[in-house]
Amino acid sequence: MRIFSKERPEIPIVHHLKADGTEWTIKEKLWLGLSIGEYKKQFFRNPVNWLMMGIFALGVPLLLQRYIYGLGAVTHASNDYPWGLFLGFGLFGMVPLSASGFMLGTTVELFGRKDFHPIERLALLNGLLGYFFAVLFLEVDLGMPWRLPYPMFVSLGPAAVLFLVAWHVATYLSVQVAEVLPAFFEWIGWLKGKRVIRKMVLGLTIAGIILSTLHQGALGALFTYAPAKVHPLWLSVNFQWIHFFCSSIFAGLSMIIISSTLIRYFMAWRCDDEFKDSLDYITIGLAKGCSYSMITYLIIKIVAVAHDQEWSYLLTGWGSYYMLELGVAVVIPMFMFAIGIRHRYVGLIRFAALIAALGIIWNRLNTALICYNWQLYQEIPHWKEVWITITIYSLYFLTYRFIVYRLPIVYGWKGEK
Amino acid sequence: MKKTVSRRNFLKGGLAGTAAVAVIQNKEAHAAQSFEGYPEGMGVLVDLTRCIGCRSCEAACNKEQELPEPAKPFDDYSVFDEIKHGQKRRTDETAYTVVNRYDVPNLDHPLFRKIQCNHCQEPACLTSCFVNAYTKTPEGAVIYNSKVCVGCRTCMIACPFYIPTFKYSSAFDPRIMKCVFCYDTRLKDGKPPACVEACPQEALTFGRRNDLINMGRQRIRETPGKYVEHIYGEKEVGGTAWMYISSVPFDQVGFDTHVPKEPILNSVKDFLAIVPMVLTIWPGLFVGFHLLATRKEKIKEQEKEDKEGQV
Repeated sequence: MRIFSKERPEIPIVHHLKADGTEWTIKEKLWLGLSIGEYKKQFFRNPVNWLMMGIFALGVPLLLQRYIYGLGAVTHASNDYPWGLFLGFGLFGMVPLSASGFMLGTTVELFGRKDFHPIERLALLNGLLGYFFAVLFLEVDLGMPWRLPYPMFVSLGPAAVLFLVAWHVATYLSVQVAEVLPAFFEWIGWLKGKRVIRKMVLGLTIAGIILSTLHQGALGALFTYAPAKVHPLWLSVNFQWIHFFCSSIFAGLSMIIISSTLIRYFMAWRCDDEFKDSLDYITIGLAKGCSYSMITYLIIKIVAVAHDQEWSYLLTGWGSYYMLELGVAVVIPMFMFAIGIRHRYVGLIRFAALIAALGIIWNRLNTALICYNWQLYQEIPHWKEVWITITIYSLYFLTYRFIVYRLPIVYGWKGEK
Repeated sequence: MKKTVSRRNFLKGGLAGTAAVAVIQNKEAHAAQSFEGYPEGMGVLVDLTRCIGCRSCEAACNKEQELPEPAKPFDDYSVFDEIKHGQKRRTDETAYTVVNRYDVPNLDHPLFRKIQCNHCQEPACLTSCFVNAYTKTPEGAVIYNSKVCVGCRTCMIACPFYIPTFKYSSAFDPRIMKCVFCYDTRLKDGKPPACVEACPQEALTFGRRNDLINMGRQRIRETPGKYVEHIYGEKEVGGTAWMYISSVPFDQVGFDTHVPKEPILNSVKDFLAIVPMVLTIWPGLFVGFHLLATRKEKIKEQEKEDKEGQV
C-alpha cells in the first residue's frame, strides 16, 4: 500500500493518538486514517480488488438465484450426491485449515511457548474466520437455512454425529470470538473487556482443545454413516475420526504458514518488526509441528489399510489414486518440511505448506465427493455451484484482509494495553 | 420422544449427559442392547418371480401420496430403458417407488424389481438425523417430520439403499421426499399400503414381518430350485420391514449385496464412544500439561519474589 508515506508517520494507525495529540475516532480508524478519496484510490489500484469485483458481479446474482429458486437452480440437485462442493470444500475443507486457532492457542497459552506469541493472534483469527465461513457455506447448502438453530433449541437428536458437530462448532465459534476479542478491545480502547478475557484464557484454550478434537473427529465420523458407499481406502470405520483430527493439525499449521507469508509480503506495512523478525523462526517451528503430525498421519493411514485388510485395493486404479494422494499430499511435503527444517530453507517450508494445505482439501474432496459412490459414477459439480463456492471464499478473503488491515493482529498496539 | 428405538435412547442418555445436560431430560433409562424391531411391526415380502413390471404400484403410490403427474404415463414401458449416469431409474422428489427391469443372462425373460423405502428395523436415516425428524413407528413404518427438518441431507448420505430424496426444486418449502409406508392414510389403521393393494400379481405380500420371514422361507423350501436361498432384508443392515425373494442371485437384479449385516449405527459407535472420554479426560490432562510446562517459569518467579523480599 504505497499511499503510506514518510510525510504521514501516523499511518498506519498503531496508537489511539494522532501526531498532534488528538484521538483517532473509530470512523477514522475504519478508513485506516485515510481520506475517502485516498481510500478509494488505493482500493482501485489493487488488481486483487478488481478480481473480487468480477467474482461478485456474477456470484451475488447466483446466490440470489439459489435463495429464490432453490438449490436445484444452481446445483445438479443430485440425490446420489447429497453433499456437493458447498460442504465438500466449504465445511470439510475449511474446518481442518482452521485448526490453527486451537493449535497456537495451546502452544502459547497452555505450553507457555511465548516465542510463538507474535503469530498467536493471526492463528486465532484464521481459526475464527475459517469456522465462521464454514457455517456460511453451510447456510448456502442447508435446505432450510433459517432453521439453523433447530438442532440446538427446537428438536434435538443428540445421538447423531451431526448434533455434535453443530454444538461444538457453535460453542467453539463463541470461544474463538472471545479469544480474538482482546485485539478488538485494544483497538477500540476498552481495556476492561480485555482484562476479563485474560482471566478466562486458560479455560478458553482447554475448551478449544476439547471441542476441536471432537468436531474435527466428528467431521470424519460423519462418513462412517456410509460404510457401503465411500471407497474403503478413504473410509476406515474405526479410525476415521482420528485420521481427520490428526490431519487437521498439519492442515491448520500449514494454513497459518501460508497466511503469514502472504501478509508478510503483501501487507508488510501492517506488520511490526517483532512479527517480521520472528516470522522465519516461527515458520520453522510450525514446520516441525507439521512434520511430526504428518508422519503420524501417514502411519495411521497405513495402519487403517492393514487393519481392514485392504491391501488388494491398492493394486486397483482406485488404489493408485489413493497412493498418489498420499504421495503428493503427505509424503512429498513431509520430506520438504524435514529438509527445510534441517537446512533452514524457509522458502521450501512455505512451498511445502501450500502443498499440504491443498492436499488436505484434496483429501476431503476425495472422501466427500470423488470416492463417495465410487461404485456408481462421479459427479462433476455445476459451474454455478463452483462459482458460488468461489464467491463465498472471496468474501472470506476480503473479511480476513479487512480485519488484518485494522486490528492489532500482526502488529502490537502502541497505545495502552 | 416416548417411543423410539431403545438403543437410541441409551445413546441419547449418554450423550445428553455430557453434551447438553441442561436441555435434555431423559427419564427413561435403558441398558445397552441390540434392538431387534417391534414384535408387531408390519412389513412386505416382494417376490421378484411374480412381478411383471406393470407399474401399477408406481401409479397407485403417485395417486395416494398426491405426487405430481410424471412426464411419461404409467403405462409407458420405455421408462425401463432410461439410463442416467449409467444407472437405472431411482426414487426422486416425484416418485417414492420405482420399478426397474433387469435382463439376466441365461434367463429367457427379464426380471423386475420394485424399490422404495425398506423401512429398516434400525434406520440409518433416523440415527443420523440431528433434529429427530424420523420416527420408527411400532407398526413398522419409518416416517418423517418436515416441520423440524433443517435440510442437511445427512439421511441421504446414511441411507444404504439410496432412498430419501430432496425437494431441490423448492427454495421456501423444501423437504425430504420418501416412502412412508402410507402411514398416515393407511398403515395406522392396519391397512396395507397403496402399492400392495394395487399389485395384480400378488408379488407384494403385506403382513407381520415375523410371519413374512416364515412365508418367505416356506416358499423357498416348498419349491426347490425356484428361489435362491436368501431373504434380502432379513439380516441386511440389521433387518428391514420390506424384504425380497428372488430366483437369481440378488446382485444380478441390482441389489447391493455388500451392505453390512448389522445396523449402520454400529459403524459410528467407535466414534460415539470416545466422545464422553475426550470430554472428561482432556480437561485434567491438559491442565496437567500446563502445570508441567510452566513449572520452571513459576519457580523463577518465586525466586525473584524471594530475592526482592530479602532486599
